[in-house]
Amino acid sequence: MSITSTLRVVRRAALISFLAFTFTSPACALAVGDPAPGFALLDSTGELVSLDRLRGRVIYVDFWASWCGPCRRSFPWMNELRRRYLDQGLTIVCINVDKKKTDAERFLLQTPASFTILYDAAGATPNTWGVRAMPSSYLIDRQGRVVAVEAGFTEERAAGMEERIRKLLESK
Amino acid sequence: MNSHATLLACAAAMLAAALGGCATMTPPKPWEKGDLARPDMQFDADPLDAKLEQHVYTSKEVTGGGYGVGGGGCGCN
Repeated sequence: MSITSTLRVVRRAALISFLAFTFTSPACALAVGDPAPGFALLDSTGELVSLDRLRGRVIYVDFWASWCGPCRRSFPWMNELRRRYLDQGLTIVCINVDKKKTDAERFLLQTPASFTILYDAAGATPNTWGVRAMPSSYLIDRQGRVVAVEAGFTEERAAGMEERIRKLLESK
Repeated sequence: MNSHATLLACAAAMLAAALGGCATMTPPKPWEKGDLARPDMQFDADPLDAKLEQHVYTSKEVTGGGYGVGGGGCGCN
């Protein structure tokens, strides 16, 4: 068996493995300007909430988990956000990614939330949205496009986010 | 000749699959780190114990650096 035919076989194997990896790579992270991928998840009462049904409102989507410290700090801020801007057209949807729902429920007893909580234990939604850190939040305009992406939570950046929300609510 | 080529192709495919097996060991996604965040999964599960250990280590090994507590090596500070 000649060296050239050996090389040809190896090259073919390399090509096949390259193609296999290319097509199994994870979804890209969602960027500003992208249309927000839809989801339909259950809330704590067992009701199905979908992103499509909220179209026409400004939506703040947040991914959180009970084991995430900054998430805990973001909850009072989001409660305040809802109180201030609900009537102006803001909807806050927080998607929990805990594997065990009881962990999330214990968290919510200590840190009450006035906004919608949805559950995605399988992690399909954060995968589609390309969540890079916990918590991650996305601001979505009335046309369903991503306007802002934030990874992590700090009080300073939250102030900037609130400013953007206010501007978005003012522009119809 | 032909069977040799088939055998080699099989070997190459198996090698690619074996190497690919390593590549599929992806680190957990950000939303999958619940177990890693558990207190008993930390390197220093007990902060008081860690502090005590660090104090003794520093006082014994002060010439080798430390974490801000100096000492003469007697272990008494």
